Amino acid sequence: MESERDENSRIATKEMTLNMGPQHPATHGVLRLVLDLDGETVKKVTPYVGYLHRGIEKLAEHRNYMQVLPLTDRLDYISAMTNNIGYCTAVEKLFGIELPERTKYIRTMLAEMTRIISHLLWLGTHVIDIGALTVFFYTFREREQLLDLLERLCGARLTVTYPRIGGLKNDVDAQWLDDLYKFTDTFPARIEEYETLVDQNRIFLSRTKGVGVISAEEAINWGLSGPVIRGSGVPYDVRKFMPYGVYDKLKWEVPTGKNGDVYDRYRVRMEEFRQSTSMIRQCIEQMPEGPIMADAPKFTLPAKDKVLTDMEHLIHHFVLITKGPQTAPEGELYVATEVPKGELGFYFVSDGTGKPYRMKIRSPSFVHVSVLPELCVGGLVPDVIANIGSIDIVLGEIDR
Amino acid sequence: MEPLEITERLKDRFLNEIVDITQFRDQVHIRIKKEKVLDICRFLHDDPDIRMDYLTDLLGVDYPERESRFEVVYNLYSLKHRHRLVLKALVPEKDVSIDSVVPIWQGANWLERETCDMYGISFNGHPDLRRVLMPEDWEGYPLRKDYPLKGLEGWEYKGHEEAKELHTHDSEWNIQS
Repeated sequence: MESERDENSRIATKEMTLNMGPQHPATHGVLRLVLDLDGETVKKVTPYVGYLHRGIEKLAEHRNYMQVLPLTDRLDYISAMTNNIGYCTAVEKLFGIELPERTKYIRTMLAEMTRIISHLLWLGTHVIDIGALTVFFYTFREREQLLDLLERLCGARLTVTYPRIGGLKNDVDAQWLDDLYKFTDTFPARIEEYETLVDQNRIFLSRTKGVGVISAEEAINWGLSGPVIRGSGVPYDVRKFMPYGVYDKLKWEVPTGKNGDVYDRYRVRMEEFRQSTSMIRQCIEQMPEGPIMADAPKFTLPAKDKVLTDMEHLIHHFVLITKGPQTAPEGELYVATEVPKGELGFYFVSDGTGKPYRMKIRSPSFVHVSVLPELCVGGLVPDVIANIGSIDIVLGEIDR
Repeated sequence: MEPLEITERLKDRFLNEIVDITQFRDQVHIRIKKEKVLDICRFLHDDPDIRMDYLTDLLGVDYPERESRFEVVYNLYSLKHRHRLVLKALVPEKDVSIDSVVPIWQGANWLERETCDMYGISFNGHPDLRRVLMPEDWEGYPLRKDYPLKGLEGWEYKGHEEAKELHTHDSEWNIQS
């Protein structure tokens, strides 16, 4: 007996390499990680991406500015609306188009609505990964209401393609706004409901507090953005730093964390629910009447009812969709917007023709997945799952 | 600090490195020679008045008809002072390499890998320069302008051979539909 125990204590341990993904429910898409383990401790993490690479940047060089818009839906397919808005904002700045006031309000309202939709999906799946199944059913109940509203607005639930260069596809009606307003009445109570399920949960707290810590300096150096950098206490938000839409006219705050761990990133997103709800309410209350398309016939589509009844407008519509604007100002431009995941930027190199010479998409998830080894090394295998959930990546945006 | 003030500071120190300065819709672009890119970036990062602590983006652009074919674009932002500057380093085709800025900004790691993957620009001193979006055995650099959008006639990715081999025994199952 004694000798056997001696034998056991002398057993040599060796490192194990574990393949995780690309088909794995907790990697939120086709992300493959190769983990080098010493027992349960993670020694090294190597992420492999690119399984969803569709060459959107290459495609964009062969399409005109109008035709690139539907491609942007397929970046972060959970929050397609914010990608569309980001793309349109960038192209409008390149073309020098000034938007009508009503369009700015509608876009801001929809962007915040999409932020709630994206964060609801994140909360449900992140908490499932950690082991609490119930929250998922609660968050998807509210997410369904918002997706139904999107469907009523533009016919699509996920890949919306609702904004247009210089405006929107169609106007919102009063009944729709009423229904969204009613949703914002009840939603704050729902947020509290989620919190009662999660916030006091000892398992959730011990799985998230002090896990995946990244300091403020490191977060800046790595180029993180969105709730991930704010969880580390850096109040960097594109909506405050480089305002677009009507964010400078609304009353809202940037929630930040302190410790930069999984729990603080969770807290930041929960607070963003409240800020977004309040912003939607302000947008609906302040929304002015007026046109929804900018006055720039060279670049913007004519109104749909005129297209269906009037020859000249039909030709105008047809030429813009098939051939696009024939000229664009020559120059290079970077425009960023804040999407639910972080900073989404479009860098255009325009050579004066109707197609972008180069379009670079600065996607937040691509930067966030590169920091994953930094977060996971030294932790345990279950912490890897918690970390993937907390940086909220979408593979469509990483692989492009 | 206004972007044009930063360019004045840069001119004081690196006059011979600057090729030209352009401005488009309140954004300033500085085109530089590639040799001292690391020194210039370190200066922009460390100088307390400029403090470009945030590398927003890093990308490549291909101009096949130009004398120096590639440009590596550094999109720099200062979270402290809230100003932006775009730095563009010229990379000629005969020596497609440039110094890596990973020692200054860790976030450049994957962005440089992507630029290498898409344009074949190699970054000297990069810790882990592998393809990132394309498969490791991929031939060619997809975002170069001379790379065809749909591939050549009859062309097929050789990785398919492996998949086809896996299905050679499918007929033995004789599944009747």
